[in-house]
Amino acid sequence: MKILVCITHVPDTTSKINFTDNNTKFDTTGVQFIIGPYDDYALARAIELKDAIAGTTVTVLNVGPADTEPTLRKGLAIGADDAIRVNAEPTDSFFVASQIAAIAKETPYDLILMGRESIDYNSGVVHGIVAELLGIPSISPVMKLDLDGTKAKLAREIEGGKEYLEVSLPFVAGCQEPIAEWKIPNMRGIMSARTKPLKVVEPKAVDSGVKLQKFELPPPKGSVKMIPADNVPELVNLLKNEAKVL
Amino acid sequence: MAILVFVESAEGKIKKTSIEAVAYAHALGGPVTAIALGAVEKAELEALGKYGAQKVLHVADERLSQGIIQAYATVLEKALQDESADLLVLANSSLGTPVAARVATKIGASLASNVVELPKTDGGFVVKRSIYTGKAFAWVELKNQKKVIALRKNAADIKEVGSPAQVTPYSVTLGDADFATKITSSEKATGEVLLPEANIVVSGGRGMKGPEHWGILEELAKTLHAATGCSKPVSDMGWRPHHEHVGQTGVKVAPQLYIAVGISGAIQHLAGVNSSKYIVVINKDPEAPFFKAADYGIVGDAFEIIPKLTEAIKAAK
Ligand SMILES: Cc1cc2nc3c(=O)[nH]c(=O)nc-3n(C[C@H](O)[C@H](O)[C@H](O)COP(=O)(O)OP(=O)(O)OC[C@H]3O[C@@H](n4cnc5c(N)ncnc54)[C@H](O)[C@@H]3O)c2cc1C
Ligand SMILES: Nc1ncnc2c1ncn2[C@@H]1O[C@H](COP(=O)(O)O)[C@@H](O)[C@H]1O
Repeated sequence: MKILVCITHVPDTTSKINFTDNNTKFDTTGVQFIIGPYDDYALARAIELKDAIAGTTVTVLNVGPADTEPTLRKGLAIGADDAIRVNAEPTDSFFVASQIAAIAKETPYDLILMGRESIDYNSGVVHGIVAELLGIPSISPVMKLDLDGTKAKLAREIEGGKEYLEVSLPFVAGCQEPIAEWKIPNMRGIMSARTKPLKVVEPKAVDSGVKLQKFELPPPKGSVKMIPADNVPELVNLLKNEAKVL
Repeated sequence: MAILVFVESAEGKIKKTSIEAVAYAHALGGPVTAIALGAVEKAELEALGKYGAQKVLHVADERLSQGIIQAYATVLEKALQDESADLLVLANSSLGTPVAARVATKIGASLASNVVELPKTDGGFVVKRSIYTGKAFAWVELKNQKKVIALRKNAADIKEVGSPAQVTPYSVTLGDADFATKITSSEKATGEVLLPEANIVVSGGRGMKGPEHWGILEELAKTLHAATGCSKPVSDMGWRPHHEHVGQTGVKVAPQLYIAVGISGAIQHLAGVNSSKYIVVINKDPEAPFFKAADYGIVGDAFEIIPKLTEAIKAAK
């Protein structure tokens, strides 16, 4: 079985976000990049399936410029067999999804795993667009994924609960916890990642319907009003008469 | 510009976030057609007229009482065509966003999810999206004639602007491909206030010490008609169900009031709550980082403060 895992290269979850060039570019100064946390769940589940089902290969894919390669290498260190980088700025969801779909049309995969959302764009749409372009089902956010031959059983999170589903391969899933435990690369993985194949392909032209104009930071938060622990009714008074939320 | 609004329902009732979507479309100028799928109460459908829908389409197909992404996308594609609508508005939800992705791809629309307010329309159609998990915004121009936008909670104010609408039955022929995924069963919290929809959220962290202590938070939540939430370690340890976990890797909430009890305020937790209008933090450690993100704070032991707070709220009612 062939599994494709699409991973993002995103700022560490503790990063402070800043912009440069008149609020049109993300400021990478001092920022550490990681595999998107949801993508990490997708990758961890893919590796588990590879370990469980003989003959399974896992390919990691990123649409991004050359500086995302360490993130792909980390995917290889975690256990993927090979990597593909589409050499382009991931300007918007439709552009990214079109690149992923083009790769998947060339080499059909039995299963395409992604994160439920990227933590930079937070769109939650790339899996749906890819699946529509390929004409296959998409399910997100997936909390559980088990395979039985060409059939899959999944659990999907819905507002205030869960849904259980059945679907046949191939399909696209946007993953989240607790689908698998995050995997940390070990020394052997890191060593072998250096020699695993990483293929760079040029993007295909796509007519995107969206254009970024500028970024904006939220206004700074005012200072906190502290209420003494022995005067709890004062908090209720403030919530009622000042904030007017009760 | 004719607008189609997809409204979601749960247990026969229209979701509040979907009513916000109708209000958003109305504020844009309309004309607005709302469409609902599966079993929904008639009075609920008619009431959409009050919030700005001129027309309400209802697809009463029982199979659509379950949220099947592909089937929903097929129905909406057809309805957009029949209504000559260029814009589809829906709620950014576990169903809405995946459906938006597929519909936009089918019709070649510009797509934006996580939209937080009305667009700027002087020179183009420019929407404001929340990005970096609430730490920033992006202004994005939607260039295509056709557009699909998924709204985050609180993107529009709900106002009564009209009178109940007539409900028109509507149907679309669906094929096997539309039902390629089968929903075999579901588990839903019933009768509780749903976290993503709640106006007030009472959330507990590791400082609550164990699941057996959640009673005081539930009591507070009940008094406030609030939903309950938690931090990630709390759901990881199984003290609370996964769908209550708030933050970067969990639910992003945007209530009027978020009350955080025994939560330290790690940046990953804050990422899920920074769209709240007011934040109250109760923590025994005056140095807890959460106080920096709070509007009101009490330094103290949750086990003493929470029962007092519940009493004070009851007394003030
Ligand atoms: C990639 C990544 C993603 C993550 N995503 C999330 C996420 O989505 N959501 C999330 O919540 N976390 C997330 N985390 C984890 C996050 O970093 C923190 O570890 C977590 O939020 C801490 O939870 P907590 O505040 O409940 O526990 P703690 O940090 O242990 O804090 C407990 C707090 O309770 C207080 N306390 C103790 N006893 C009392 C008492 N009797 N009365 C009052 N206060 C008391 C303490 O002073 C302390 O501040 C993520 C981490 C990573 C690395
Ligand atoms: N530039 C990219 N390269 C590879 N995969 C991506 C990229 N952007 C998004 N994805 C995948 O699509 C998922 C959803 O992303 P998004 O729609 O941006 O929230 C992510 O979790 C990734 O799995």
